[in-house]
Amino acid sequence: MVYLTRKLEFSASHLYNNPALSAEENKRIFGKCNNPHGHGHNYTLEVTVAGEPDPVTGMVLDLKELKEILDREITQRMDHRFLNYEVEELKGQIPTCENIARVIWNLLEPKIRKGRLYKVRLYETPELFAECYRNGAQGA
Amino acid sequence: MSDGLKIELGRRYQFSASHRLHSDQLSDEENRRVYGKCNNPYGHGHNYTVEVRVSGNVDPATGMIANLVDLDGFVEREVLEPFDHKLLNAEVAAFRESVPTTENLCKEIYRRLKHFPKAKLECVRVEETSNNAFEYAGEEF
Repeated sequence: MVYLTRKLEFSASHLYNNPALSAEENKRIFGKCNNPHGHGHNYTLEVTVAGEPDPVTGMVLDLKELKEILDREITQRMDHRFLNYEVEELKGQIPTCENIARVIWNLLEPKIRKGRLYKVRLYETPELFAECYRNGAQGA
Repeated sequence: MSDGLKIELGRRYQFSASHRLHSDQLSDEENRRVYGKCNNPYGHGHNYTVEVRVSGNVDPATGMIANLVDLDGFVEREVLEPFDHKLLNAEVAAFRESVPTTENLCKEIYRRLKHFPKAKLECVRVEETSNNAFEYAGEEF
């Protein structure tokens, strides 16, 4: 099995606020991420696909094809957006790194037809990231 | 988790410390041969990066596996405060018994963090320089 990873960056804003909690609780739990005007990050996404190289092309999947999928599903949907308001799949969720990583997984998994989606790792800053993978697949 | 997906939260921290690689079980000559310049009796230092990965259920109310304030506080107390700007050989009890290689450092940090009460520790990665890194995920790994 070969694991190939493609990286992309996008910039977006978000804020953390749970309407079921009081303003005070929101402030306590989410701290400065609760600022009602939101704030932004440069996100870095690493998408890892696992598969056997095709004997004819030597590729697990065509990187150009993967790039197009990532552009269509992620960049166009999330880049320069306010994640809380403009990304349908995140509505009703707090757009933490954990939740965005799962949304990204669910967007990409059905689109990757050669090889299989193995892992997504989403960096919110160089010091903070979340990973999503199928239960039982070892993180690598 | 019902959708069969596993989510991990990863966080990276830095500390700076000095160490000397020297084993009491080896002769001075063997120590010099095995550890090379890392055996310099005065020691030397690194800027270490520690990557901590934890897993758990994402709380629907907060969208979080663990609140970063809790994770950061725990790592600060268990690792950064006792290790930062210290001579590891002399000032961290575990390294009076074992050589503070980054392999052993990685295991010691894992031992200190595995009791994090808010999420399950998955893996500790320690980067000693930008060119070498070590990971430890417990004995079952």
